[in-house]
Amino acid sequence: MTNKNNKKNYWRDMTIHIPTPLRTYTNGLDSIPVTAGTVGDALQELVTAYPGLKGNLFAADGKLRSFVNVYLNEEDIRYLSEKEATPTTPTDELTIIPSIAGGCR
Amino acid sequence: MLRIQFSDYEALREHGRQTYPHECCGVLLGRSVDGVNEVEEIVEAGNTRTDSAHNRYNIAPVELIRIQRQARAKSLDIVGFYHSHPDHPAQWSATDIAEAHWLGCSYVITKVADGKPDVTNSFLLRGTGEEDKFFEDEPIEILVAVGASK
Repeated sequence: MTNKNNKKNYWRDMTIHIPTPLRTYTNGLDSIPVTAGTVGDALQELVTAYPGLKGNLFAADGKLRSFVNVYLNEEDIRYLSEKEATPTTPTDELTIIPSIAGGCR
Repeated sequence: MLRIQFSDYEALREHGRQTYPHECCGVLLGRSVDGVNEVEEIVEAGNTRTDSAHNRYNIAPVELIRIQRQARAKSLDIVGFYHSHPDHPAQWSATDIAEAHWLGCSYVITKVADGKPDVTNSFLLRGTGEEDKFFEDEPIEILVAVGASK
């Protein structure tokens, strides 16, 4: 039987932080551990586990919605050279952060 | 409903005075309990829209991440945002609703008239997603700490 400690040894757990409005789709959880080797794999695992997130994160063409920012630690994945193919490590954190903007006109 | 301490309420209005004629912006940290967004702390943020700061605001995602991390360390959540409308009504605009994506959060808007904070309103972003989101007028309950000086 695999316990959590053994799982740590064999799987590459990393954490995805979920913003307040999307926790409706994660049973209220504010962070989700996933096992993935790249940023893209991590996001796919997330929406597989919580399908309600898919339409909120991705447009019909499969790309991230324009207002959805995903940061790998302190870096916007859109500006990483390998983008969603960027390799991840167990200590990495992905943060999903919808944009905040507006104005009086 | 939005519930906020008087000191925080005054601070976010004061922020609008300080940045006039530009828009100010910031984040409301607290807890969402039984449909009430209770503010425990406000955090001023920078407006990155230096190209059009008199009628636009934007908070850098990396600053939001820092604020969210700061909130998590205190067991708080992001429950809303605030910004000012210099010489414009404290009502949401077409730009505000188009660029609002935090469903369930409060969006507080203060009119700053001739450099002085005027009306402050709050709007709750409701809906299930981009397709059906809408702003709903939201009452503000302002709490005055017992024993606070006037």
